[in-house]
Formats: sequence, C-alpha cells, structure tokens
Amino acid sequence: MAQHQVNYAQDGGLPVALTTVDKVVNWGRSNSLWALTYGLACCGIEMMASGASRYDFDRFGTIFRASPRQAELMIVAGTLTKKHAEFIRRLYDQMTEPKWVISMGSCANTGGMFNTYATVQGVDRVIPVDLYLPGCAPRPETLQYAVMMLQKKIRREKAIKAQKPKRLM
Amino acid sequence: MRRYTPKDDVQKKPYYTDRYWVAPQVPKYPVEEDEVFAEDLKAIKKKFKVDDAYIQVEQMVVYIRSEDNFGVLQLMRDELGYTQLSELSAIDRLAERGQFEVFYQMLSMQKRKRVRVKMLIDEHEAVNSVEKLFRSADWAEREMYDMFGIKLNNHPFPKRILMPDDWEGFPLRKTYPLQGDEFAAWYEVDKIFGKEARDIIGPELRDSAMVDRYDTKRFARLGHEVPYGAEFKADQPETPLGYQEEEGVFMIEKFDEEKSVVISDRDR
Ligand code: SF4
Repeated sequence: MAQHQVNYAQDGGLPVALTTVDKVVNWGRSNSLWALTYGLACCGIEMMASGASRYDFDRFGTIFRASPRQAELMIVAGTLTKKHAEFIRRLYDQMTEPKWVISMGSCANTGGMFNTYATVQGVDRVIPVDLYLPGCAPRPETLQYAVMMLQKKIRREKAIKAQKPKRLM
Repeated sequence: MRRYTPKDDVQKKPYYTDRYWVAPQVPKYPVEEDEVFAEDLKAIKKKFKVDDAYIQVEQMVVYIRSEDNFGVLQLMRDELGYTQLSELSAIDRLAERGQFEVFYQMLSMQKRKRVRVKMLIDEHEAVNSVEKLFRSADWAEREMYDMFGIKLNNHPFPKRILMPDDWEGFPLRKTYPLQGDEFAAWYEVDKIFGKEARDIIGPELRDSAMVDRYDTKRFARLGHEVPYGAEFKADQPETPLGYQEEEGVFMIEKFDEEKSVVISDRDR
C-alpha cells in the first residue's frame, strides 16, 4: 500500500481528522440546548426564574420549547408522581436524538422528601439522566451551572458517531 | 421559657410509647344549648332516625342512618337553609369497629351555622350519591372512592380521581402502607417496561438517609463533580470545580471577574 493512500478503516472511515468537526458540531449543539418545559412542582418556579430576564437562559442558547420534537434537553424540575411516569417516558421517547436530561432537585433525583407510595423515587427509574442537580429547590444560578456542566459534557462527546440510543434497558 | 430536656438519646427512644393512645376529645355539649340547632334537629328527627347528636366546637354533629343520607341532605338544603356542602369524605374506623365513618360538612349562609352529618357504613356497603343535590359532591365522592374504596350508588361518573385508573388499593385506609405495597412499588416499571424489567431496574431505594461517598454511580462528592461511575478512592486528588474548559471555548467569552461590576445598591 502506497504511503499516501488513506486508510479508510481509521478514524471512523473519514479522510479527515475528526477533532475539528467534532468541535464545530459540539460547539453548535452545546450552545443551542433547547429545553422542554418540564416544571412539575416548586422546582419549576426556579426553572422559570432561570428562563426569565434576570437570570436569562437565552444567553446560553437555552430556549424553552413546548414541544418534545423541538427540544433536545429535558429539565425535569419537580416531583414525578407515579401517575405521571408514563407520560414523562412518552415525551422523552418523542424527543429527537441527540437528547439529554437534567434531573433538577431532590425530588427528581431520589424522590426527595416524598418517601410515599405515589412518588417515583428518582426519575432515573424511568428515563436515563445525564446530570443530577442537588438542592430543594436549586437556585437559578445552580441550574445555570448545571447547564454549563452539561455543555462541557457535550463538548467532550464525539459528534459524528452512531448515536447510541440512550435507553434505560 | 420552655423546660430543657436533654435530647442526646432522643433517637434511641421509640417515638410513641403508647401505640393505642387516644387523644383527648374536645368537650361535647347537648344540642338544646343552641336554639337554631335544636330547631334543626327537631326537623330532622321528625322524618328520620337520629342515633346521636351533640354540639362540638360550635358545630352540630348528627349521626344518621346510612340509607337516609340523601333524604337528610335534601331536607337540610330545601327546608333548613343549609345550601352548601363544603366537604365530604370518610374516616377509616375498620380496625376499631369494622366500619367507615362518612361525614358531610354543611354550611348555612343565612343562619351562619355549620352542621356535620355523619353516618357509619360497613366495609362493603355502597353509599347513595348526593351529587344530584350538591355539585360539589361529584369530585368529593370520587375522591372518597379513590382513597377508601367506598362504592357509590347513582354517581354519574364513579371513577378514580387522583390515583391512576389502573391503581390497586386504597391509599387512605389505615392498613395501606405509607411507602406503598408491592403493586405501588413497581407501578411505573411494570407499566412502562413490563414486569420482566424489575430485575434490571431494581427495587426502589427508600432509605433517604443513605449516603455512600465512594459510590460514584449514585452519589456526588459535595463540592466536586465526579464523572458517572468513575473510580474514586480516598487518597485521590480532589476534582476542582470548573464550568468551562481551561483553554476556553470557541467564540464564548469567559466570565472575567476583573472586568465585571458589582452592584451593591440593590434598589438601583
Ligand atoms: S426538590 Fe424541593 S423545591 Fe424541588 S420539587 Fe421537590 S420539594 Fe419542590
């Protein structure tokens, strides 16, 4: 094999170094995280405050969408009841890949203070979670910090890969 | 000042020493002490059987027979002026005497009086719906069915209201465990993934005080972000906080403390 010949088996079969493409795509993805409005309880108020003018989520490119088809980030803000678990799963499945989930507040992380029969003990029993945000309720700064951590995580990921479908099972 | 009691061993003591302790009752007075209530009771007694009646906290409590409930409420609404049904529910007395206590809280705006109509029913006895008399009874009766499993006659839409339709068990019964029975514990898993997923997802973690700082799959170290599932031992260096990569990100300005202005005047 001649030396100049490209080894197509290397680097995912593309004749370019993937790092730059990765960077560009991930830069775009991490700065346009459109979030699905998912305020379930008191944490939802903090999420709304983060979106409003004082904390201003728009400057991160995080714009709340009311449709799962337009969203790639789900901020589960609040208490997930067992009655609602079915619907959160359905909405998660309706979101297009790639998608990420932030579990906001104690209730979404572990069920929080609602150690009862009617509360799901952590949304990760139903949908896969990328980032757990502690607090009851986390302040808007904390949610912003969580989004920035998620951006950091996205920038670390490979952009052009077969998206491994994130399923809990 | 409140008397000081040492609290170092308070956790070791059982919370309640007497499980069957009965709270002291608010005093009861005879109905004759209030003219308005005495009149009302006389009118009810004329047509229906009354088992017991007294005044408690300025409200009359009347015990009636369960088959009379529609008639009594109709009489109270149309002739005695109790035009509002503000609340309706049940109390679980199954362990005590094998019965439910159903109560109707009535309000008269003209007389400025409240009356509580109570009746005792057996566990499997169906109650006549009063939805035709008071619209507020619609949802309240559905909740009563949802929480206690008390069935209703002539209700237009006898369905659960708070719990999902396919729920099993009645959560406000005293025999229902607070953290749910087996059905409740696996409800969302069974419904979304199916029963065979139980092994994969595992049981609920109900111990809210459990913390394991070396378990990076379920716990974060406070003040330090740890990647999911990372190996972490006690002697490892700390992971400092950082919201952005050190070298910065393309086209994104990093927050610079030097250049920022601190606004100390909050009313500005
Ligand atoms: S974590 Fe606290 S603030 Fe958030 S939903 Fe639960 S109870 Fe409300």
